[in-house]
Amino acid sequence: MPPMIHCVGVAKRYATGFLALDGVDLSIEKGEIFALLGPNGAGKTTLIGVICGIVSMTAGKVLVAGHDVRRDYRAARQAIGLVPQEIALDIFATVLATVSFSRRLFGRPSDPAYVERLLKELSLWDKRHARVVELSGGMKRRVMIAKALSHQPDVLFLDEPTAGVDVNLRRDMWALVRRLRDEGVTVILTTHYIEEAEEMADRVGVIDKGRILLVEDKGALMRKLGKRRLTLRLHNPLAAPPEALAGWPIALEDGGLSLTYAFDAASEDTGVSTLLKRLAEAGVDFTDLETTKSSLEDIFVDLIGGAA
Amino acid sequence: MKGLNPGGVWAIYRAEMQRTVRTIFQSVAAPVLTTALYFVVFGGAIGSRIREVDGVAYGSFIVPGLMMLSILTQSISNASIGIYFPKFTGTIFEILSAPLSSTEAVIAYVGAAATKSMIIALIILATATLFVQVRIDHPLWMTAFLVLVSVAFSLFGFIIGIWAKNFEQLAMIPTLVVTPLTFLGGSFYSIKMLPPFWQTVSLFNPVVYLISGFRWSFYGQGDVSVVTSLGFTLTFIVVCFAALAWIFRVGWRLRP
Ligand SMILES: Nc1ncnc2c1ncn2[C@@H]1O[C@H](COP(=O)(O)OP(=O)(O)OP(=O)(O)O)[C@@H](O)[C@H]1O
Ligand SMILES: [Mg+2]
Repeated sequence: MPPMIHCVGVAKRYATGFLALDGVDLSIEKGEIFALLGPNGAGKTTLIGVICGIVSMTAGKVLVAGHDVRRDYRAARQAIGLVPQEIALDIFATVLATVSFSRRLFGRPSDPAYVERLLKELSLWDKRHARVVELSGGMKRRVMIAKALSHQPDVLFLDEPTAGVDVNLRRDMWALVRRLRDEGVTVILTTHYIEEAEEMADRVGVIDKGRILLVEDKGALMRKLGKRRLTLRLHNPLAAPPEALAGWPIALEDGGLSLTYAFDAASEDTGVSTLLKRLAEAGVDFTDLETTKSSLEDIFVDLIGGAA
Repeated sequence: MKGLNPGGVWAIYRAEMQRTVRTIFQSVAAPVLTTALYFVVFGGAIGSRIREVDGVAYGSFIVPGLMMLSILTQSISNASIGIYFPKFTGTIFEILSAPLSSTEAVIAYVGAAATKSMIIALIILATATLFVQVRIDHPLWMTAFLVLVSVAFSLFGFIIGIWAKNFEQLAMIPTLVVTPLTFLGGSFYSIKMLPPFWQTVSLFNPVVYLISGFRWSFYGQGDVSVVTSLGFTLTFIVVCFAALAWIFRVGWRLRP
């Protein structure tokens, strides 16, 4: 079975001359929930645009369920449902009309029972005769999701699904994503937040400056990301790490005034208490301590640093 | 690239026609009102001085020109807004990402715009019969011109809608080019009534050919031969199609 999404060397240079995608290779399997993680301007929306036929690609090749998005665009697009980052709706149409329109646009025969279930699932059924202009922002977002799912796609793109969304909608959305996964639908979402990727995804890809920096199983990535740092402010500067801590992953910074220790927060024994005991035995006094989680920024620094 | 998507074409066509129904006043009442005013002003004021043109009573003579005037303006505005608006609001993403060929999208949008302007032209014809006597010598040709000119200018309007980057540009070509050409194109007079120099100048006005052919289908006479009119209309359609084919091939102003 071909991968659901297969990108080879995808590049996009906008008319402004800006290179938004710089040779993206990416494969996403059927039935996966894949999170594309990256900062503002990384190229997430551009990549989705290229796959969905909204942005023309400068170079490379994209297959959706084995169909080339340029040569065999009908079959490729038939498989895709897209919820774009920005809400864009015909505000004078009713909810039911605009969702039915999307389904017909994809050439699917009408299926009132399916549309009813979809609208109920998204808490839109009571609003089905309301015009879009009368809905709140969150409801409009739900309408966007209903439209994307109206033709029963095999792969759903959610471009920043939780930006500006309240707890209820977020919960409904995740429930929907799980239901879709159970039905074998592939879900690809973009986000700025590691937590979100952690919560939902099977695999995570990190993109920055138009390049995919890494693609990994969530478990493996979380182990990497699960690293924490303990920083101790020392009373008196140390010239070298204490003898008693030889071989420990510690470092002295700030002219010997702070000592940092990297550890895995997820492991049984973090080693923190042993460290503190040994320091006390060695007579090293400290005035303050703090622990930090590695942030997305740290990971980028790591990744880019590692690549350089 | 197997399989067409007639359901998708029909969906867009229907949505566009519904948009018309939603704005029924601007869509239908306004052109009818304008036409009635033309009859009062032109038919009444000028008609009392010019009794007839080429043996046709002046009031009747201007009917084909009035219909053509509204076909041109309506086709252009319907089709240009039809595609410009989704671009403006962002809903175009749905059309671009649908399993629909560009030809199918054009058929849907242009078909809807042309249908609408044909309906309006027929309403104007019906309104006109309340004021003056109208005779149609060649109903089949009349229908053919109605369809072809509506399609031609809806295609043209569609191109303007893709080209326009703002509402000013959207209104620019119709007001600066099409309306003047239509007024100078013999809507309200026969170009034979002009001095020889201006007759020659008029022959460079494409709208003259459209109105002339259309008037011929009503009263059996026009300023130029009907074959020339028809040839011109068909050429215009071909040129618009070629332009659109190029636009879609390079994604000009549609796909970044
Ligand atoms: N139509 C366009 N013309 C020129 N440059 C563009 C265009 N669209 C996007 N860009 C640029 O391409 C880069 C990538 O944009 P893109 O929208 O793909 O980023 P993103 O990862 O989705 O960011 P965000 O998280 O902010 O949504 C940005 O630097 C952006 O300025
Ligand atoms: Mg984006």
